[in-house]
Amino acid sequence: MTEKKLTKGNIALAEGAIQAGCRFYFGYPITPQNDIPEYLARNLPKNGGTFIPAESEIASINMVMGASASGKRAMTSSSGPGISLMQEGISYLAGSEMPAVIVNIMRCGPGLGGIAPTQGDYNQAVHGGGHGDYRNIVLAPGSVQEMFDLTIRAFELADKYRNPTMIIADAMIGQFQEPCRLTPEKPVEFPEKPWALTGRKGRSPRLLKSLYLGDYEQEEHNLFLKKKYDEIQENEVMVEMQNLDDAELIIVAFGTPARVAKTAISLARAEGLKVGLIRPITLFPFPVKQVFEHSARVKNILVVEMNTGQMVRDVRIAAHKDAAIHFYGRPGGGFPFPDDVLGEIKKALAGGAR
Amino acid sequence: MAHIVIDRDRCKGCYFCIEFCPRNIIRISQEHNRIGYFPAEFIEEERERCTGCKTCAVMCPDTAIEVYK
Amino acid sequence: MNAIFKRPDNLTDAATHFCPGCTHGIAHRLIAEAMDELGIADRTIGIPGVGCCVFLYRYFPIDALEAPHGRAPACATGMKRAQPDRIIFAYQGDGDMAAIGTSEIIHAANRGENITVFFINNSVYGMTGGQMAPTTLLGQQTTTSPFGRDFKSEGYPIKMAEMLATLEGVAYSTRVSLHSPKHVNQAKKAIRKAFEMQINEMGFSVVEMLSTCNTNWRVSPLEALTMIEREMIPYFPLGVFKERTGKDFL
Repeated sequence: MTEKKLTKGNIALAEGAIQAGCRFYFGYPITPQNDIPEYLARNLPKNGGTFIPAESEIASINMVMGASASGKRAMTSSSGPGISLMQEGISYLAGSEMPAVIVNIMRCGPGLGGIAPTQGDYNQAVHGGGHGDYRNIVLAPGSVQEMFDLTIRAFELADKYRNPTMIIADAMIGQFQEPCRLTPEKPVEFPEKPWALTGRKGRSPRLLKSLYLGDYEQEEHNLFLKKKYDEIQENEVMVEMQNLDDAELIIVAFGTPARVAKTAISLARAEGLKVGLIRPITLFPFPVKQVFEHSARVKNILVVEMNTGQMVRDVRIAAHKDAAIHFYGRPGGGFPFPDDVLGEIKKALAGGAR
Repeated sequence: MAHIVIDRDRCKGCYFCIEFCPRNIIRISQEHNRIGYFPAEFIEEERERCTGCKTCAVMCPDTAIEVYK
Repeated sequence: MNAIFKRPDNLTDAATHFCPGCTHGIAHRLIAEAMDELGIADRTIGIPGVGCCVFLYRYFPIDALEAPHGRAPACATGMKRAQPDRIIFAYQGDGDMAAIGTSEIIHAANRGENITVFFINNSVYGMTGGQMAPTTLLGQQTTTSPFGRDFKSEGYPIKMAEMLATLEGVAYSTRVSLHSPKHVNQAKKAIRKAFEMQINEMGFSVVEMLSTCNTNWRVSPLEALTMIEREMIPYFPLGVFKERTGKDFL
């Protein structure tokens, strides 16, 4: 059996980055993600890497762009306001087709916001954030182990699709400790990078850009990107599904609320209420097919989030037209306790299918 | 003996070479070029007065001038 | 007869998009000549900012990364750290460096990033149509300072070369001009020296070039050259503000 070590979520993520071959980190301090830069400041140089405490999140994301353009694995991490500042750079990364990993250990917004666990940045991560017609790949770890494993996966996906990949987690996932295997499950994939800017020696010059002024050039580029996003949607969905076979109600939740949901589901089942779980691990690509297929049969969905209702819209779009969609949200650091969720389960079941 | 060759179709007629030529042996053409500017032209009759000082080429923003000596 | 002046190898055949008489074209040629002479083009990567400089990759046959507005020094930082044996240069205008990108340029310089930055100061935002820049001279009329720049409202023109020279990380900071043959030759030497600073791992180098934007200054190309002499140089003096001679910073 592989050895497990009691590890904090943010540390597992940072160690995952190193083991994914990330050698460049640029970031600016903000709570509740400071463990990540602090760990990497100490440990990246030991692994031949570079850590720069950047002057701002804007500089951070652009330094990531420079290292990434060089063909190296690079990342930055931040929270709420810092991620907002990075959006310009993320849009450029998507437009110029450069990989990068951006971690958001979310704060409660809007504005400066509190530092309690929250999921207020779902829309920002999944539905844009920056300008223009693009998508981020978005991963949502639900445990310390996934903070490690999904960080490795994030670098692989970013490179495979030449696209920015975001990891979004609430502060609970970032800050609590769990036993964690700190070695990769399988060998890390390193795709070739025949586009990297390394100097033209022995080949023709290369260019990474996002400005298209010629007639229809931009449209062509956007349609090309759309094809890529469709391919990601087709091939890269990750989702955890539990207790769906006999379920009369399905909870859809990610991150900490999914963990709470699992407890609530045990409580419900102890009372004879048949409840199952769909936990999206990739938020883009969203598990559209899974939600559709199961909602066609179960027709009763409860979405639990730590916000006022963001992922619920994607569930509504994905779900079967006859499914009733219920929502329970605790924004701004409010917490959905298992008993609360159990109460919502009962309410939803009492309402029955629409 | 020196002379210059001006790439007519690259020239945008800014007059820099004409202004800075110490021998005044460059002038503006009476006919426009392919991109619609009246380009500079070397006065061939004054060819023997060119010293190949490169001043015209140094100031040319479009790198349209070659100098031979 | 031999060619004693011809198009540099590291300038492509592409006709520039610059207006007639724009000295951006001269700056481009000087950089290409310097790359020719130093034999570095195979390992050089250029990072243009946003503005008239953005099409750098059309004119230099080298690898290039298009940076977001003002962020070229941060992109160059990430790139240089990722491949220290490559020559990385950024090419920024005054809006790009002296307005939106002040944070990135100051901190890249202060960290002593071993990169080279070419800075075109033509006192306006050129590509967007001649709006007031931080470098716009007092009294200068632009589309957004239609009554002339007034220090009471818009402050004073910012002197980047002097300001950057105060930072410990800077190896070389100079201001040159592109308005006459003599000054162009001096600019060429400065550009070469800036690259040499990077090749010799001396730290951050920046060359500010006083440049014309006759279209937005609403004057002829020749008149624009005299305006550099008459109006810009008295406020933006030419000279070397810092030059590191040894690795005294180590």
